[in-house]
Amino acid sequence: MFDRYMICEETVRNVSQDGRVTGFQFGARIAYYRGLGLSMVEGLAVSVDGEAVSPDHIRFTVGNRTFSLGEMETEYEARWEFGEVATVSVLRPGGLTAGEHKLEFTEDLRIAYMPFPLKGRDAKVVRIG
Amino acid sequence: MTAGSRTGIRRGVSLYSYQEEYFLRKLSLEQCIAEAAKIGAFGIESIGEQMMPGFPNLSDAFYEQWHGWMQQYGTVATCHDAMLDTKKYKHRLLTDDECMVEFERDLRHAAKLGAKVIRVLCMVSPEIMIKAVPIAEKYDVKMGIEVHAPYYFDHPWIMRHLEAAERLGTKHYGLVPDMGIFTRRLPRIARDRMERLGATPKILDYVCEAYESGQLSEYIIFEARKMGGNALDVSWAEQCRHSVNTNPKRLTEFMPYIFHIHAKFYEMLDDGTEYSIPYEKIIPALEAGSYQGYLSSEYEGNRHIQDAFPVDSVEQVRRQHAMFERLFAA
Repeated sequence: MFDRYMICEETVRNVSQDGRVTGFQFGARIAYYRGLGLSMVEGLAVSVDGEAVSPDHIRFTVGNRTFSLGEMETEYEARWEFGEVATVSVLRPGGLTAGEHKLEFTEDLRIAYMPFPLKGRDAKVVRIG
Repeated sequence: MTAGSRTGIRRGVSLYSYQEEYFLRKLSLEQCIAEAAKIGAFGIESIGEQMMPGFPNLSDAFYEQWHGWMQQYGTVATCHDAMLDTKKYKHRLLTDDECMVEFERDLRHAAKLGAKVIRVLCMVSPEIMIKAVPIAEKYDVKMGIEVHAPYYFDHPWIMRHLEAAERLGTKHYGLVPDMGIFTRRLPRIARDRMERLGATPKILDYVCEAYESGQLSEYIIFEARKMGGNALDVSWAEQCRHSVNTNPKRLTEFMPYIFHIHAKFYEMLDDGTEYSIPYEKIIPALEAGSYQGYLSSEYEGNRHIQDAFPVDSVEQVRRQHAMFERLFAA
């Protein structure tokens, strides 16, 4: 549910640090009918043009705090609220080249009443100006 | 419209119904409450983790605001839907003591909202519920196990809950049935979505007809495979396992334990009926049992249409309440 809203395509952009493009980021929403504490966001995965991003290169920012996937696993305070646009960053020197890219994003959410993680998946063609 | 039936059934909305609009920030929490009030559905059910950012750490100012809204719109809090995240930690489940901390938190929150009931997820065991009863009594908030498909009233898990509640003789442990247990037809909007995803129309139709005719899920799944069904076809057939079509008369029999009702629906049609769930049988069964609680709308159609169509939860809920009024008057 809410899969089609997971990637906020108009927010995709490259990010720079000290004049060098260090990666890209996009706004992301939770594919569930309520918010969750970050420890229950079991996994986030990103792929670009069919190529999977290493989990080590993914960062998640919500409420002005940034986490690696490993840090999210033991984060029991911060929450990803329902409908809240969090930021997913991908560390990737050079970022995305200008033009169109196929961006794919999946979320695995650990829900008490489900025997397996709830999976959300969105894929969109995004444009870097 | 009136706020309820002549026999005392009251109308309400679970704000879950407006999730699409809230998610997309088209309606705020206050606007959701206002929409319910507009159609005379004055009982407000809520999910803290859905529309109350920061839950469970809500400020006094939030609760003050909440009561301000209740007064302004003439609404009352009916039920808080507790979640009990037993899988908070990756490698272990919450202990019973940790569960009690969560119950305390949810029951206190409900009391602060002014709600008389919390909905407890059906996976919660009778043993945990028994431990939580003293907390519920302390706050004077009732705990209702959600009887949600594929569970149903006579399911052994629910019967164990009822036995435990009966044995304790408490007024604070009962049920919140979800009307999805009376699904006579699989939602056609869910069927159509499967077709959009790539399922085979002929097999989808076969499954719908077989479910409606009461065939056993295992046979339907087997047949869908035999027909050469792809993964989506088989998963649609497996949906039969998650759906139940039980007798609405059970509502009358279990009335002493019914604290609140989730008036689940998927699609209100132009003719004012619901495609899957027979409210024309449900309401007489509630009247026969002199149900005095809320019929709390739970619209769940958005997830099946949002990929292809605009969602208008407000209109869907309005139609459901027009149907309630018609059936109350019948």
